[in-house]
Amino acid sequence: MSFLEYAPAPESRAILSLRDSYGLFIDGEFVDGRGTPFQTISPASEERIATISNANEADVADAVAAARRAYDRVWSRMSGRDRGKYLFRIARLVQERARELAVAESLDNGKPIKESRDVDVPLVAAWFFYYAGWADKLDHAGLGANPRSLGVAAQVIPWNFPLLMLAWKIAPALAAGNTVVLKPAETTPLTALIFAEILQQAELPAGVVNIITGAGDTGATLVAHEGVDKVAFTGSTAVGRAIAKQIAGTDKKATLELGGKAANIVFDDAPIDQAIEGIVNGIFFNQGHVCCAGSRLLVQENIHDEVVERLKLRLSTLRLGDPLDKNTDVGAINSKEQLERIRELSDVGVAEGADRWSAPCVIPENGFWYAPTIFTNVQTSSRIAREEIFGPVLSVLTFRTPAEAIAKANNTPYGLSAGIWTDKGSRILAVADQLRAGVIWANTFNRFDPASPFGGYKESGYGREGGRHGLGAYLSPARVGRGVAQPRLETGGAASADLETTRRRSPRSPKSATKGSKR
Amino acid sequence: MSGTSLVAARERALAVLGGEPDDATLRRYLHGIPGIDAVGLEQRAAGLGTRSIKTTSKRWALDRTISLIDLTTLEGADTPGKVRSLVAKAMTPDPADPTAPRVAAVCVYGDMVPFAVDALGAAHGDPDDGLVSVAAVATAFPSGRASLAIKLQDTADAVAAGADEIDMVIDRGAFLAGRYGEVFDQIVQVKEACRKPDGSAASLKVILETGELNTYDNVRRASWLAILAGGDFIKTSTGKVQPAATLPVTLLMLEVVRDWHLATGQRIGVKPAGGIRSSKDAIKYLVTVAETAGEEWLRPHLFRFGASSLLNDVLLQRQKLATGHYSGADYVTID
Repeated sequence: MSFLEYAPAPESRAILSLRDSYGLFIDGEFVDGRGTPFQTISPASEERIATISNANEADVADAVAAARRAYDRVWSRMSGRDRGKYLFRIARLVQERARELAVAESLDNGKPIKESRDVDVPLVAAWFFYYAGWADKLDHAGLGANPRSLGVAAQVIPWNFPLLMLAWKIAPALAAGNTVVLKPAETTPLTALIFAEILQQAELPAGVVNIITGAGDTGATLVAHEGVDKVAFTGSTAVGRAIAKQIAGTDKKATLELGGKAANIVFDDAPIDQAIEGIVNGIFFNQGHVCCAGSRLLVQENIHDEVVERLKLRLSTLRLGDPLDKNTDVGAINSKEQLERIRELSDVGVAEGADRWSAPCVIPENGFWYAPTIFTNVQTSSRIAREEIFGPVLSVLTFRTPAEAIAKANNTPYGLSAGIWTDKGSRILAVADQLRAGVIWANTFNRFDPASPFGGYKESGYGREGGRHGLGAYLSPARVGRGVAQPRLETGGAASADLETTRRRSPRSPKSATKGSKR
Repeated sequence: MSGTSLVAARERALAVLGGEPDDATLRRYLHGIPGIDAVGLEQRAAGLGTRSIKTTSKRWALDRTISLIDLTTLEGADTPGKVRSLVAKAMTPDPADPTAPRVAAVCVYGDMVPFAVDALGAAHGDPDDGLVSVAAVATAFPSGRASLAIKLQDTADAVAAGADEIDMVIDRGAFLAGRYGEVFDQIVQVKEACRKPDGSAASLKVILETGELNTYDNVRRASWLAILAGGDFIKTSTGKVQPAATLPVTLLMLEVVRDWHLATGQRIGVKPAGGIRSSKDAIKYLVTVAETAGEEWLRPHLFRFGASSLLNDVLLQRQKLATGHYSGADYVTID
């Protein structure tokens, strides 16, 4: 027998207690949606997992109204310390139910259990812990004392990291004192709905977080709703552009985290074995369904052949298959539509004259799969070097000098992330300084931390998520000189004092005025 | 290994180096090898450590682990009696289960070799044939602080007494001082001393003592140096210095032998030694070997564990697989 054909090591699904159908989570309860329900399936087997409610316009209105009530009556009045307690409680519950969440995520999304178990879910908990700590320290968020929350946040998230993107959105919003209506992607609603159960378990006040499911039109309705103060979207540039148009002229604030075509630059003095791992992690992590994926490999021409050869050897050891098997490295493509897009763009690559090589994987019969693929002989003008493929497809380009590497890396409408591989520290700093990308990794790739801001240049979006900067997206500076301060009991009851006085007397007051009053 | 292949090895080294193996040439070569990113290396090792080896794969891995062990006793207090006890354990790891394979070799100090050979009797031979080899540490093990003449005599004595494998230590002082040529020459000469009158030669394991080399870059350079000089195996540690074998260091050495094989077609062995005590750890090493150098490395001529307490933990796991429940320390024998 071959040792490398490891015996199956499937993670048990017994830990899940899924319902047959899920409603919308509005005002702390699951209610039936009034749109036509849809099924969520496992992309690895195409089997049905559950029936999911579809929110129509009236449901969206209910969710926004619930969020508004919760904002006005509870959440905006609660002290930062108490908000923090809820967030800590949520973080701990995520940790307690980590295995269950990981299994559900792999089942619904198709990503390998080792990633959902070791990356996604631990980061989700980390995000809530991190922002829980911020909830009572908003004076130090960089907006001056007493920054205000915005109100109701409409959040629309993608299918590539369903639960992690939920955490990126909900944790800072709640810490800053906003309430939330969140719509997960239609292909991956499952973990958001389990998360809703966690919110019930945490006894989060009703309406503070509402989760509505549905397709793109539900998201569009939510974003357009007049009761929404803030829009946070992660997804494609096309949809992000539509949202930006939709909300132009309103006073809704927006953060958009959109597509990317990141350059992963490998210099000839790079630590070669680690660079190979980094390239693999950069583009084949999560089947390449990563907006910041290192999908353009820029390798110095004098080591091109060696890098490609080593890369092929390494890719040949990747294990594609059942996402719930603990030894799976590459899981399923999330949907049929996405698989078709990957195939289409790959065919374009071949038609344009690039050389395609795919790892020799056995592709399972059912489900959506795409073998890890690299394209060599790719030119900067190729579509596969320009467009986001959002799949396990790497385009390899070459450069001769650092200046050329920088020019090629920046020659893209996107600017979300980039990677630099070199043993020379000064070169890392010099190159990073000139790359127009929001996140730049040096001698690593696809590492995330709640303390680090994340976001893009150009068509990769605007605003930052994560870290102190991420809080800024859910706050505005204290309103000075407008309205009358309405200090809460903890400020000592100086109800008639003007704002400045109140602030001086009680610097710990999270908000001094305009509790949720909508202009 | 025959005398002609010794010559061939030297010629190959000269061809790779592009000149005589003096300090300057070796320095130019070894410092031209790409560096190691410590964070990335450790991350990769940790990733390999998460492989989940179950049922039939686990059974195979446990048996294979046993057959790759150099069962070791390297104490000042070693006696012929202790060595006989060790040899008995090597030949019959689990008296309750005759299907348990034998270990690859026993590893002892040079002066204990005659007792090991004697105790093994007919079971002494090539591990590929299901027999047990005798490995001897030599060259002023563990420090290596002695004159070359002493080191060579130490080696020759062990070979003459019947050792099939010599575990030598490199001169870490010379290596760290940049006297690569001296380290190279010593390995070459020890390799010569491994020759037997019948024309065959004891297999040479070169101990880098990675805990004293300290950086991954040094380990990689020392690995290349040892291979270029003709080592048949590169071995992490003496077991007398902490840290001894770690998964990242072993991964790194496996990457070197993989690259050497790609460059020359020759396969070099790797032996992590010291600190590997549990079956769980051993399986992580097997996974790392298979996914880095390739599955063909999982045989006694290309991979060994230098260990003593590991064997009993593997036997306990074996019993658990067979019976479905854990036994205890009294159900495996001490050596």
